[in-house]
Amino acid sequence: MATITAQTGTERINYLNVRTTVASWLLTLDHKRIGILYLLGITLFFFLGSLAAAAIRLELATPKGDLMTSDTYNKMFTIHGVLMIFFFLIPSIPASFGNFVLPMMIGARDVAFPRLNLLSWYFYMIGGVLATIALLKGGIDTGWTFYTPYSSAFAKGEVSLAIVGVFLVGFSSIFTGINFLVTIHKMRAPGMTWFRLPLFVWAMYATSLIQVLGTPVVAITLLLVAVERTFGIGIFDPNRGGDPILFQHLFWFYSHPAVYIMILPGMGVISEVIATFSRRRVFGYHFVAFSSLAIAIIGFLVWGHHMFSTGQSIYAGIVFSFLTFLVAIPSAIKTFNWMATIWKGRVHWEAPMIYALGFLGLFVIGGLTGLHLASLATNVHLTDTYFVVAHFHYVMVGGAIMAYMAALHYWWPKMTGRMYPQSWAKLAALMVFVGFNLTFFPQFILGYMGMPRRYHSYPEEWWALNLLSSAGASILGLGYLLPAIYLVWSLKYGRIAEKNPWGARGLEWEVVDTLPHPHNFERTPIVTRPAYDYAHPEEPTAIFPAPRPAYVGGGGKDG
Amino acid sequence: MVSVREAELHLIEHGREVPHLGEQYETIEQQNDAYTIGMWAFIVQEVLFFGGLFASYAVYRFKYLYEFVAAHHTLSVVFGALNTFVLLVSSYTMARAVRAAMLQQHKTQFKYLLWTIFFASIFMVNKYFEYSSKYHHQLIPNQSYSAEEVIHHNHLKVDNGMVDLGKRKVSLEEFTGRTKLFFSFYFIMTGLHGLHVLVGIIILAILAVRAYSDHIRRVPHADYMPVEMVGLYWHFVDIVWIFLFPLLYLMGGQ
Amino acid sequence: MAAHSHEEHTHAQRVSFYAKTLWVLMVLLVVTVWAGFLKLPDWLGIAVALTIAVTKATIVIMNFMHVRFSSKLAWLFAGAGFFWLIIMFAFAFADYASRHWEPVQGW
Ligand SMILES: [Cu+2]
Repeated sequence: MATITAQTGTERINYLNVRTTVASWLLTLDHKRIGILYLLGITLFFFLGSLAAAAIRLELATPKGDLMTSDTYNKMFTIHGVLMIFFFLIPSIPASFGNFVLPMMIGARDVAFPRLNLLSWYFYMIGGVLATIALLKGGIDTGWTFYTPYSSAFAKGEVSLAIVGVFLVGFSSIFTGINFLVTIHKMRAPGMTWFRLPLFVWAMYATSLIQVLGTPVVAITLLLVAVERTFGIGIFDPNRGGDPILFQHLFWFYSHPAVYIMILPGMGVISEVIATFSRRRVFGYHFVAFSSLAIAIIGFLVWGHHMFSTGQSIYAGIVFSFLTFLVAIPSAIKTFNWMATIWKGRVHWEAPMIYALGFLGLFVIGGLTGLHLASLATNVHLTDTYFVVAHFHYVMVGGAIMAYMAALHYWWPKMTGRMYPQSWAKLAALMVFVGFNLTFFPQFILGYMGMPRRYHSYPEEWWALNLLSSAGASILGLGYLLPAIYLVWSLKYGRIAEKNPWGARGLEWEVVDTLPHPHNFERTPIVTRPAYDYAHPEEPTAIFPAPRPAYVGGGGKDG
Repeated sequence: MVSVREAELHLIEHGREVPHLGEQYETIEQQNDAYTIGMWAFIVQEVLFFGGLFASYAVYRFKYLYEFVAAHHTLSVVFGALNTFVLLVSSYTMARAVRAAMLQQHKTQFKYLLWTIFFASIFMVNKYFEYSSKYHHQLIPNQSYSAEEVIHHNHLKVDNGMVDLGKRKVSLEEFTGRTKLFFSFYFIMTGLHGLHVLVGIIILAILAVRAYSDHIRRVPHADYMPVEMVGLYWHFVDIVWIFLFPLLYLMGGQ
Repeated sequence: MAAHSHEEHTHAQRVSFYAKTLWVLMVLLVVTVWAGFLKLPDWLGIAVALTIAVTKATIVIMNFMHVRFSSKLAWLFAGAGFFWLIIMFAFAFADYASRHWEPVQGW
């Protein structure tokens, strides 16, 4: 292969040592550095959201509301929801790992619009800071959904400020989406055809579509709530002619597809990890690729399943219920193809693979319980119970965060140039899996028995299961704390990673150095093989024909 | 995507000789395509941003047809039509500015950018007069809102606190709330649109300065893409008004 | 791309093309105002006004925004926005239009 052999350490120029001032980070246009900036922000908000979760589980460890008042409890689950959904899950994989690896995967020097990329990070951080200020200063008790009239007529606290924060993070998400759409369309290296793309890129494309098509609607909806509050008009206030159900229509037009903004990138990561550690091309590549698009499109047609018991017409409900069942098909296609890949491959049990297997187990439970909620009749029984809470935590925490952890462990060597201790990582994955099931499986039973969500106290008879759930949450918390410790430790003491530590296929492993060059590729690669070509280990994924002529324009920091 | 052969031929022939080619791109065509697609993606985002408003307006017009029609009659078709005319002409001058930019005619470009700013400003002045007449008639949807002007304008009869809408009667309180809803949408929709016009004026002014400096410095091959992209934005703003005009001013059903 | 060939790659049209487009738009403006003063039933008024608005928007998109001369991808993006708008309207109205079919009083 026509590249320089992997040298590690500090003598070669890479994206970290090329400049080291604080300003060089805060003004960087390098997609890799922006990915790292996002990773830091996301970790911060994940930590804050987790503290709120800990407070919630602590309160629910006993039946009486003895730790905090119901008002404080309302504020606590709102903090948890707003921070985790808008400031962790939505940007988690796309903005951090998507930014870091997507241009490398397609053989590009950067995303199409690097300045827009940086701007989106600033929107994200400013939005996050504003929302955090709102949540701490007085707090809000609307739940993460900002339902009217909780957020309008009966609102307490700093709802408008929180809305401004979410509005800003929404536009940060839109900017990322626009950037990736254009990058995938226009920045692919010569020879990188659509069906040679890694499946992570397909997943990111579908995600970006949702970001661009859905997010503006929730932005305008929240803007309407803010206007309603500021000027005292009644757009969603039934006393003044408004319709609170319209708020829910507009809100879920975005927020159901937003579920796929959270899970689709995770599915992309799982495709990468499973292919690498099974040493096999993903079974049914085309089906997995198109199922991402199918999920993105059908996902826009099902939002009414959040409104079955609100006074929405039951005829609309029937249609929404049917379409919701349809969206299970592409998800199932993915799951079966992943299993076939593992079945036919030679599995290497490294830490990212353990996380990916955890994803499979939890996502299947989360997905299947979604069908209970999609049927009109069972939904009436289960609406606003802990069954719903358990269902979406299985998808969001068991699915999206598991995939996030898999991605973190998979690309960590490429990002930092260091290896982390495998056995600790596997232990952490196991703890997350066990802790997660202990926390949330009891909640299915509680919900089935009728325990409503969003109350700080409950009858004695549900005590045992709630205590089990709280105990599980502490194991889960430790499972997340452990990676924080050994990953930070690895930055200084970890073994220095070679270029392709997993023996993976793909440009980011085969061609890009570990600790990538500021421009990723010293010469533009010409791609000759499809993704995951493990069947032909002797064939490189890309070749480099003629040397590239010297720069005339441009910055001239060509290493 | 650039094909293998195209990219290679290009690099061999030209290298990277275009000064405004970004580091991340291989060819200027790739860069221009990326800008175009990016701008369209942004416009798609804008379509759905305004779309949420249009959908809400449609729902309430459907629910409160008579009240909305009555309120809509108080808007001035003359003002609306005049503003549509002004914006359509500004779209034309914008298209001419883009054409001039493509042909590297910096002075013509400068001239048409100024015309576009001129028409956009007329639009804003008209809006100012419209808004102040609404203020004068207490039709601003705040605490001092009153449906009196709507009742008066439509010659509606009010007795016993009930407003007679022909086919049905509603209480004055409901009538006030629902017509106030109409004016809420009127101000939010036209206000958000006006905000887009204002932003457009600022960007157009920056482009005009650039075009003039290109003219003075006799730049032989300036990058026309910024003007083309702002043109797309400007035409989109025009299209929003093309829909706002009939929805708010014209569609007064019987 | 070398700068000597820039004219071949732009979408610049003749001046008369833009002028004709403006004239057509003006005629449509007059027609829609005139139709607004006819005492049409509400559904017909909406249909006429929206048809003319869609026609005007299409002309602006095709001629002024140069989609007529652009790549398939630009067509796709321009179409996607309006398609998703239709989804939003159709499913929201699926609720509002069928609510009064409910067999329950006061639902
Ligand atoms: Cu949903």
